[in-house]
Amino acid sequence: MTKPLFSRRALASVGVAAGIALAATAGIAWAQSVTLLNVSYDPTRELYQDFNAAFIKHWKTTSNGGDVSIRQSHGGAGKQARSVIDGLEADVVTLALAYDIDAIAEKAKLFPQDWQKRLPHNSAPYTSTIVFLVRKGNPKNIKDWNDLAKPGIEVITPNPKTSGGARWNYLAAWAYALKQPGGDEAKARELVTKIYQNVKVLDSGARGSTTTFTERGIGDVFISWENEAFLALKELGPGKYEIVVPSLSILAEPPVTLVDKVIDKRGTRKVAEAYLNYLYSSEGQEIAGKHFYRPRDPKVAEKFKDQFVKVDLITIDEVFGGWQKAQKEHFADGAIFDQIYTKR
Amino acid sequence: MSAATQRRVLPGFGLSLGFTLAYLSLIVLIPLAAVFIKTATLSFSEFWAIVSTPRVVATYKLSFGASLLAAAINVVFGVLLAWSLVRYSFPGKKLIDALVDLPFALPTAVAGISLTALYAKNGWLGQYLEPLGIKVAFTPLGVLVALVFIGLPFVVRTVQPVLEDLDVEFEEAAASLGATRWQTIRRVVIPTLLPAILTGFALAFARAVGEYGSVIFIAGNLPMISEITPLIIITKLEQYDYVGATAVASVMLIASFILLLLINALQAWTRRSSRRIT
Repeated sequence: MTKPLFSRRALASVGVAAGIALAATAGIAWAQSVTLLNVSYDPTRELYQDFNAAFIKHWKTTSNGGDVSIRQSHGGAGKQARSVIDGLEADVVTLALAYDIDAIAEKAKLFPQDWQKRLPHNSAPYTSTIVFLVRKGNPKNIKDWNDLAKPGIEVITPNPKTSGGARWNYLAAWAYALKQPGGDEAKARELVTKIYQNVKVLDSGARGSTTTFTERGIGDVFISWENEAFLALKELGPGKYEIVVPSLSILAEPPVTLVDKVIDKRGTRKVAEAYLNYLYSSEGQEIAGKHFYRPRDPKVAEKFKDQFVKVDLITIDEVFGGWQKAQKEHFADGAIFDQIYTKR
Repeated sequence: MSAATQRRVLPGFGLSLGFTLAYLSLIVLIPLAAVFIKTATLSFSEFWAIVSTPRVVATYKLSFGASLLAAAINVVFGVLLAWSLVRYSFPGKKLIDALVDLPFALPTAVAGISLTALYAKNGWLGQYLEPLGIKVAFTPLGVLVALVFIGLPFVVRTVQPVLEDLDVEFEEAAASLGATRWQTIRRVVIPTLLPAILTGFALAFARAVGEYGSVIFIAGNLPMISEITPLIIITKLEQYDYVGATAVASVMLIASFILLLLINALQAWTRRSSRRIT
């Protein structure tokens, strides 16, 4: 007698296992039937990790809601916008500045040009600003923007041509020089030129610059998003760095919007709308505050007021006449930023 | 005269040529043609304005200069390495032989990050080099270091098999005929190896010109100083300037193609002249 190749018990267990596997895949398929893809910029990783978990919980409890899973994509804002233009199916985009979202509207026509009017506060549920991160004890005594232009100071900032955050940095320095007594375009250009002459490494994104400053130990001062500076302080050792807030900075409004063509095609409009609105809810605002973004909601802002130093904030619209104009005058090929490097 | 003599000795010429052309078009020519078609939407003066701005020209100098230099360095040390691997036996030889291929296998970003960590002023090597006034990370020198690293296996792997085929008897014969050691190297060894060395040089150079991942971390990326041409292309893409990016890309393609043609011609010439000697 030869033994049967498979005993009856073995066959039965294979059957059960197959059944479980089938049920499991079906379960996954069902759970994934609603997914959102949020295409975001570099330093929001930690914020959206927390926020997504909270939203998934929240969406389960709402009447029309259910299970939703959220995928995240992070990178330099320019690269992220380009992925969406080239066909990455993002349900929502949450980028560093309006210019990159404008580019999606203009080039891929995935949503209307006036997208920024669709949500409150210029579609920016949280704001941030630009501050300095210096080494412990501030050995070079850096207090304000003009200190960055002094000889011998090493400055770290990403490349404004590739990083959204770096454009805010550049414009904040420019605005500071304009607002000084006797300040004009020529003075602003001089200050910004001197600052960039002190720049030793131009990384392509904000997170890369953080690494250069903290891990590699390059530079005396790192011009950074406020939230990124707080994060570096928290994650990489509070005893090693200090935050210096300049006398004047820029109100950075990282906006969010729905990608209409994608959500209509995928049937995710309801949940995508709820997702963005949840950013404005008090829970969403608290999570933003916890991750060192300045909340818009006055009540929540009150709670976090000790965390953020009061600073004079100018807006891009009042000083530079909006992103389109600022981009053309300062960052386009051959514009002022290129001239700083080529006309020495 | 029979028909058979008019036929080629090897069968299948038509089939293999057809297949070669179809495959090359699909994999190489069509994607490259797309670059030129996109570029062709520019008028010549627009094209010239884009590819001749000082900032872009500075990157050509760094990209091609550093790549040629890195390939040259790799020729010297790659041949040495191949020589010791072929001609001597020593403990751990197999291990070293395998190590040579590592730059092939390592993701380039990993190579870039580790080199940067090593040569930054708080790194293992950087902390000793910086006091001597030698800055590697975030300078053009760093670009060279990264390009040498990724190009090394090409020279070793092209020279090694040729060297293995070159019997020691040739050198012994030269010696018994009264050649000095230097003459043996110059008249016997180098001419035989030269075509392989040139191939290795061309491969290492081609790889270095197109390299992005490892260089970007160590370069510092300062305009006019340490920006490489592939970074300019990426920067243009991130500003939604697709046409500008392809314009610069086409300049790179043409320049690389001409250089590789030159190297190939040189190789053919050395092969002929080495045959004349032997």
